[in-house]
Amino acid sequence: MSKFGSSSNKKEVPQASSNSLSDIVFMLLFFFMVTTQMRETEQKVKVTMPVASEVAKLERKDLSANINIGSPTLQYQAMYGTDARIQLNDSFKTVSDIRDFIAAERDAMSEAERSLMTVNLRVDQDVRMGIVSDVKQELRRCSAPKIMYAARKPAKD
Amino acid sequence: MARRKFEAIGSTADIAFLLLCYFLMTTTMGDQSGLQRRLPPIPDKEQAQDQKVNRRNIIIVRINSADKLFAGSEAMDISMLKDKIKEFLTNPANDPNLPEKEPKEIEGKTYNVSKGVISLQNDRGTSYQAYIAVQNELVKAVNELRDEFAYREFGKKFSRLSEEQQDIVKKAVPQNISEAEPKDTGKK
Repeated sequence: MSKFGSSSNKKEVPQASSNSLSDIVFMLLFFFMVTTQMRETEQKVKVTMPVASEVAKLERKDLSANINIGSPTLQYQAMYGTDARIQLNDSFKTVSDIRDFIAAERDAMSEAERSLMTVNLRVDQDVRMGIVSDVKQELRRCSAPKIMYAARKPAKD
Repeated sequence: MARRKFEAIGSTADIAFLLLCYFLMTTTMGDQSGLQRRLPPIPDKEQAQDQKVNRRNIIIVRINSADKLFAGSEAMDISMLKDKIKEFLTNPANDPNLPEKEPKEIEGKTYNVSKGVISLQNDRGTSYQAYIAVQNELVKAVNELRDEFAYREFGKKFSRLSEEQQDIVKKAVPQNISEAEPKDTGKK
């Protein structure tokens, strides 16, 4: 009894080695580097995507152009009102600006991949279809036929 | 000596932490998923006549400005749409009012491929949410038919087939959803 007691008193609890800490943090770092993407633009319109169970993942993110449609966020409402607006890159635009936007996005891609370009329509669920139809017609005229209606998966299966 | 080594490792962790925070702040999680579609090209005047489809081969799904759904000529709840579309595309009883089937040879085997086309029409006042819900039901109907076909032919779910087999199924059960020219159907 005493033997055990004395030996346990003498022994200090070894300090936890922090050598592995940096490894763990690096692993976390790599995880985030791989799974995330750079935030390219500031969201100026509020987009709550509708729910759809049959969504498919966009395979080539680098070959997509984003068009955001929704009502402006609070700080821009004084200037632009609450009506649905189109946001291309970093600013509010109209339907007639889409042609230039698509042309610019095309130029940024390599020759072979231009036909694979997908236009990702990120539209708020409360937007009326009128503005979306206008955008779709304009995209047809610009011959950018591949589109994707961005949607999110329902929370449970 | 040992102490110095210990400190060096401590600062690596700090640097890594800083980098980690940087990435957490500047990046977003990839959440790009959705329903993929192909828009039809702008039709020429001559082409428009060629594209006339037999009446029985087309079903018009319409959503009006009050988000009410009509399939064919009857008003319908969205929960019934999937079964209606499946019946339309399979035509199990060979009803003369439902689309005809055309034998088509795909990779050495002949399948009866439905010639049915779903025409989706909407109003300018339709809400996007309702529109996507309908699109989703249409895709679901086609996906279920593809799954059934895959079970019949290959004994597996569509998503578990090889790429060549998936191509066969895609040809045998095409996803013909046409998004019609916008029309103003709402009365003002």
